[in-house]
Amino acid sequence: MLTIPVESQLLFAGILFFLGLISLLVRRNLIFMLMSIEIMFNSAGLVFIIASRHWNQPDGQVMFIFILAVAAVEVAIGLALILQVYRHFKTLDVNEINKLKD
Amino acid sequence: MPITNIIALIPALPLFSFLILVLFGEKLSRKVVGWIGAGSVGVAALLTVLVGINFIKTLPEVKSYSVVVWQWLHVGNLTANIAFSLDSLSLVFIFVITFVGFLIHIYSIGFMSKDEGFTRFFAYTNLFVSSMLILVLADNILLMYLGWEGVGLCSYLLIGFWYKEPANGAAARKAFIITRIGDTAMIIGIFILFVSFGSFNIQEIMQLASAKWAVGSSLAMITAALLLGGALGKSAQLPLQTWLPDAMAGPSPVSALIHAATMVTAGVYLIARTNVLFSLAPIVQTVIAIIGALTLLIAGFSALAQDDLKRILAYSTISQIGYMFLALGVGAYSAAIFHFMIHAFFKALLFLAAGVVILTLNEEHDIFKMGGLRKKMPVVFWTFLIGSASLSALPLVTSGFYSKDAILWYSYSSNTGGIVLWLAGIVGAFLTTLYSFRMIFITFFGEAKTKPTFHAGKLMTIPLIVLAFLSVVGGFIELPSSMGNFHLFSNLVNNTLPEVVIKNVENYEWLFQLISAAIALSGIYLAYRFYYKKPTYIESFNHSKLNHFFEKGFGFDNVYDVVFVKPIVWLAEIDKKDIFDQLNISISKLAIWGNHFLSFAQNGKLKWYLLSFTIGIALILTLMINK
Amino acid sequence: MDIFFYIAAVVAIISTIMAISERNAIHSLLFLILSFLGISVVFYLLDAPFIAALEVIIYAGAIMVLFIFVSMMLNIGLEKEQEKKWLKPRMWILPSILAAILFVDLILALRNTPIIVVEKQIIQPKQVGISLFSTYLLAVEIAGILLMAGVIGAYHLGSQKKKVLHRFLEKE
Repeated sequence: MLTIPVESQLLFAGILFFLGLISLLVRRNLIFMLMSIEIMFNSAGLVFIIASRHWNQPDGQVMFIFILAVAAVEVAIGLALILQVYRHFKTLDVNEINKLKD
Repeated sequence: MPITNIIALIPALPLFSFLILVLFGEKLSRKVVGWIGAGSVGVAALLTVLVGINFIKTLPEVKSYSVVVWQWLHVGNLTANIAFSLDSLSLVFIFVITFVGFLIHIYSIGFMSKDEGFTRFFAYTNLFVSSMLILVLADNILLMYLGWEGVGLCSYLLIGFWYKEPANGAAARKAFIITRIGDTAMIIGIFILFVSFGSFNIQEIMQLASAKWAVGSSLAMITAALLLGGALGKSAQLPLQTWLPDAMAGPSPVSALIHAATMVTAGVYLIARTNVLFSLAPIVQTVIAIIGALTLLIAGFSALAQDDLKRILAYSTISQIGYMFLALGVGAYSAAIFHFMIHAFFKALLFLAAGVVILTLNEEHDIFKMGGLRKKMPVVFWTFLIGSASLSALPLVTSGFYSKDAILWYSYSSNTGGIVLWLAGIVGAFLTTLYSFRMIFITFFGEAKTKPTFHAGKLMTIPLIVLAFLSVVGGFIELPSSMGNFHLFSNLVNNTLPEVVIKNVENYEWLFQLISAAIALSGIYLAYRFYYKKPTYIESFNHSKLNHFFEKGFGFDNVYDVVFVKPIVWLAEIDKKDIFDQLNISISKLAIWGNHFLSFAQNGKLKWYLLSFTIGIALILTLMINK
Repeated sequence: MDIFFYIAAVVAIISTIMAISERNAIHSLLFLILSFLGISVVFYLLDAPFIAALEVIIYAGAIMVLFIFVSMMLNIGLEKEQEKKWLKPRMWILPSILAAILFVDLILALRNTPIIVVEKQIIQPKQVGISLFSTYLLAVEIAGILLMAGVIGAYHLGSQKKKVLHRFLEKE
C-alpha cells in the first residue's frame, strides 16, 4: 500500500503534462507535436488512475481504457493526415503550413 | 348646371395636352405637336368665351359659379377639394391667360420651329397654362398654392429651357430660389389662416376673417404681411425683384407668356382675391402702395440704362407691376386689374416683337448693335411702336393711357392715397416714356449695324397684329368720367372686388390727365432729342458711374450676393466633407482599423494558436485561483 | 514501496525531458517509450496492474511503434535533424514561463483544496471488467464504433491519390 500523499502524485502527473505542453509549443515538426500531445494524454490518464485509487472506484480505470482507445484512434488518423500534408507541402515544418489564414 | 362642367374643362384641357405631349410627344410630328399644344389653349380660350358670355348674362344675381371636381384631402377637419369657382375677377384672368396664351402658342410654333426641343417646349407651356388656370380658378387656398408652385416649376423649366448653356441654368435657379422665399412666407400665412379658421375655402376664410379679426389686429397684419411676401416673390417687386431680368435667358415666347402677361401677375391676383385680409390690415396695404411706388421708380431708372433689348422690357415689366401694386395699395382694385389686362396685351406684344427682332438679327440682343430696322421689318416696327406707345400711355389713342391714368388718378384721390404716391407715379410715367422710346429710336431708326438674316413668317406676325389691335382698342371699355363715363370693365369687376373709396376732393381728374399727357409727349420729345438727333449729348452720362449703378439694378444683386450667397457658400465649403457623414464613416474606419489590428493574430501559424491557448489558460487559471 | 514510486517517477520525468529535447526523431520516440514504461510501473504501484499491462501493450507497443513506422517512412532522419537550428535555447523561454505559471497554479490549487482521505482498497481487474460491461456498456460500444471509424478514416486518408500527370511532368 502506498502511503504517498495524493498531492505529490498529482504533482507528478502535472509535471508530465507541462513537459508535454512545453514540447508542443516549442517543436516545429508535426510528428513531434503529435508526440507531445500523446504525452499530455498519458498524464491525463495518470490523473484518472490516481483518482480511481483515491476514491476506491473502478470508474477511473474504465476512463483510462477509453482514453487509451481515443488516443489510439487519434494517432492513427493524425498520422494519416500528416502523410497527406507531407505529400502536399513536401515539408513537415508547421510554420510553412499556414494556408488556413485570411 | 352643365356650364360648371365646362369651367372644370378649362384648366383640364392644357393639362391633358401636357400629358399627351410628355408621353407620346416624341413619336408625333412637329405639325401635330403644334396643333395639340396650341390647340388645347385655343379650345380653352373658346370655352372661356362661352362661359364668360353665360356668366355676364346672369349678372348681377349670380356672382359666382362653383364646381367640385373631386375630393383631394380629407384628414380630420382638414378638407381640401379640387374645386373651381368662377367670378368676375377670375373671369378676367382666365380670359387674358387663355387668349394671350393662345396667341403666344401660335407665335411659338413659328419661333421654335428650328429648335430641337419643340415638343418639350409645348409640354412645358401647356403645363404652365394649366397651372396658372388652376391658380386663378381655385376655390380653396391650398389648390391655389398648388397652381402657384406649378407655375414656379414651369418657370424654372422654361427659363432654363436651353439647358446646355450653364448660364441659363443659373438664371433658372435664381428665379426659383427667390420665388421660393416668397412661397415660404405664403405657406406660413396659409397655415395661420387654417389654424385660425379651420378651413381652406377662400370665401369662407374671407367671411370668417372679417367677422373674427378686428381691423389692425396683429394676427391680421402678420397674415397679410406673409401673403404679401408670397406676392412679392412671384411678381418680382422689391426686395425680391432680382430674378426677373436674369430670367430673360429663356426664349422670347416664354418671357412673353410667363414674365409679362401671366405668372408675374399672380401676386396681383392673390392680393385682389384676399383683399378682405388687407383691408383688415391697413398698414400692410399702405406698405403695398409704397413698395409699388418704389419699385416702379427703381425699375424705371434701371431700364433707362440697359443695353439688352429684353432686359429693358424686363425692367419695364417690374415697373408696370409696381403700378398695379400701387393701385392695390390704395384700394383701387378694378384699376389694378384693368391695368393688368392692358399690360398683358402690350407687354406680350413687345416681347414677341423683340423675339422677332432678335431672331432676325441672328441672336443679337444688344440694342446698340441694332438699327435701321424700320425699313427692313415694317410690320414688326409698327406693332412695336404701338406697343411702346401703349406702354408710355400715349394720350387718347392707346389703351395704356386709360389704364395707367386711372391708377394715377386713384393714387392721389383714394382715401389712402396722396400726392407723394401720385408724384412717384408721374415720374415713373416719364421714365417709362423715356426708356421705351429710347428703345425704339435706337433699335429701329438710324443706320443698320447688323444685317437681318431671317424673315418672320405669318405664324409670328399675325399674333403681333392681333395684340397691337387690342393694345389700341382694349382701353375703350373703361372710359373715365371726364371722357364718357363708360365703366364696362369696372362694373364687371366690382361684382367681386370692393370699389375704390375716393377722398372728398373736387373731380380734378381732367387736370391729372392733362399733366400725364404732357409728360408723355415731353418724354417722347426728349427721347427723340437725346437718342436720335444728338446722341452725343448724353455720351458722358452713358459712361458715368450713375448709369452703371442704374444698369446693375441699383446694386441689389451685389448686396444679396454679399449678405446671403457668400456666407452660405462659405459654410458649405467648410462642411464639404460633411461632418455628420464623417461621424458615420469614422465608425466604419474604426472597424477596419480593428480588423487590421487584430488580423495579425490570424496568420495561419499553428504555433501562434497554441501559444494563445496556453496564455489564455494561464490567465484564466491564475485569475480563478484567487477565488 | 514508496521508494519505487519515486524512482519510477524520476525515470519517467527524465526520459520525458530527454524525449522532448532530443533532435533525432527516432531517439526521441525511444526515450518516450522508456517514459511510458516508467509510468506503467507507477500504475502498477497504484494498484492498477491491468492498466499497467494495457499501457505497455497499447500505448508503448502500438501507438509509439506506429509513430516510429511513420517517421521512418517520412525519413525524418538524421540529416534533417541536424539542420535544426530551430531548437535554439531561447525558444524554450516563453513556454517554460507559461508552464511554470500553470504549475504554480496547480500547486496552489492542490494546497487550497482539502483532500478527504478514504480507506484504500485494491481494485481488482474483475471489478473493472464488470463495471465496463454493465454500467458503461454503451460507452464501450461507442468506443468500438470510434475505432472502426478510425480504421476506415486512416485507410482512406493514407491512400495515395491517382497520379494524373506523367511522371516527367510531376517534377515541380
